[in-house]
Amino acid sequence: MLTIERLSKTYSDGKRALSDIELDVRRGEIVAIVGGSGCGKTTLMRLVAGLDRPSAGTIAIDGEPVVDPHPKIGVVFQEPRLLPWLTVAQNVAFGLLRRPAGERDGAVADALERVGLAEHADRLPRDLSGGQQQRVAIARAFAAGPEVLLLDEPFSALDAFTRADLHGHLLALWKAAGLTIVIVTHDVAEAVMLADRVVVMRPDPGRVHDEIEVLLARPRERTSPGVEAVSRTLYAALDEARRPAARETDQEAVGLWW
Amino acid sequence: MSGGAIGSEEGREIGERLPARRLALPRLGANLPRTLALALALPLAAALGWEAIVAAGLAQGRLLPPPSRVLATFADLHARGELLLHVAATLWRVLVGFGLGAAAGLALGALCGASRFARETLDPTLQALRAIPSIAWVPLFILWLGIFEASKVALIAVGVFFPVYLGVCDAIASVDRKLLEVSRVFRLSRVETVRRVLVPAVLPETLTALRSGLGLGFMFVVAAEFMGASEGLGYLLVDGQQMGKPDQILAAIVAFALLGKACDLVLVAATRPLVAWQDVARDRL
Repeated sequence: MLTIERLSKTYSDGKRALSDIELDVRRGEIVAIVGGSGCGKTTLMRLVAGLDRPSAGTIAIDGEPVVDPHPKIGVVFQEPRLLPWLTVAQNVAFGLLRRPAGERDGAVADALERVGLAEHADRLPRDLSGGQQQRVAIARAFAAGPEVLLLDEPFSALDAFTRADLHGHLLALWKAAGLTIVIVTHDVAEAVMLADRVVVMRPDPGRVHDEIEVLLARPRERTSPGVEAVSRTLYAALDEARRPAARETDQEAVGLWW
Repeated sequence: MSGGAIGSEEGREIGERLPARRLALPRLGANLPRTLALALALPLAAALGWEAIVAAGLAQGRLLPPPSRVLATFADLHARGELLLHVAATLWRVLVGFGLGAAAGLALGALCGASRFARETLDPTLQALRAIPSIAWVPLFILWLGIFEASKVALIAVGVFFPVYLGVCDAIASVDRKLLEVSRVFRLSRVETVRRVLVPAVLPETLTALRSGLGLGFMFVVAAEFMGASEGLGYLLVDGQQMGKPDQILAAIVAFALLGKACDLVLVAATRPLVAWQDVARDRL
């Protein structure tokens, strides 16, 4: 349902952040995008969110091109980015301003219920922990009724327990609402726990290095042999992706010797 | 899921902390008497000391009247019905000047903060005008507007305008880009973005700018009343100097202090609900 074709992004200072990205996300799929820093993961996310314009290539959702923020795409940023002057419930309602009040209240209550924060509806963001704030951010994106949820390293600032908790909430949302999820992460364990497919990126410029299908049944146990095997594959792919330049010069050197 | 328990425990702990935070003004809680006592110790000791020295005949208190004489002057002015007249005159000038200056500052500050073109055309001129000491306008204002209220109010308005203008302009320029992106992601219109994100975000800094504007308003009302007034606290100052009545000068100074503080308190109290969400140590009182 989300199609990315020959997507490139070059910043005005000449830095090539992304080059020829091809990605096809199926309906209901969870795709994790992993890679070290400088792979253009966040750039890719911003392009799909419609916050930046690509230099070349197209992004389409159900055939409609994405040039501006699209109603079918919900975004959760790396930071919660809650509006500090609004209560939790008002923050969740932020994307529903044009809906009738009754419908809006229902959607807000439902979204908060799903992330387990119903009893915190009237608090201000400053009174919540980091994990709770990020749950509010997820509820806010979810309440607007997107079909695709984009998450940009949403749990990277959280401790391992809180992260596992949030994985649970996210998977519950995905299952109940039939969401399609694209999550950017630098955490291999997170990718393996969540994703149906992991896209490994390599830097300079950001490209897709490899795609790895994760054919494990859910719920997944962090310590199960299957998860560990996929993790190993993924680490190996990431390792390889980090040394692309060396390989290319090797090939060039071979060519020169000829 | 084991994580759920952790989340809710965290919630309880925060829940216990919350009510105290919401209801009390945190910096002024149980320590209020002590804070007040410490703050008042020095001025009270000085006043009482001077009172005792004069009462003992060690000093005349002719040039620096003891507190009792200043209070007596207050009572006298009040008895003659003059105190209210002077306070009202000064207050009226400050409030009208502040209203005009703040309105202009808010409008132009918002314009320059929001529009690059406006900033590039207006800001350099305004900055240049700012470099002129406001008192330097007095002769021109008197020529243009006469020696009565209009020129005084104009001077105060000019004094109030600049801090408000700068504060608003800066506040808009420093709004968190990340919050504006949230508004883009949810496809809010420009008007909605201004109303729901921009205005609340710039409110705290704007209020600070208004407060310093109000402070300057009081500074300039004195200057304005020095340049010729037949009523007002500034007139009491000049009159006290010319008639050799230091007790009247001191009474006017004390009245200024009380009036300025009271206006600031009203402004802060009136706007506190708007910025109660702030998670910062705000300067209070």
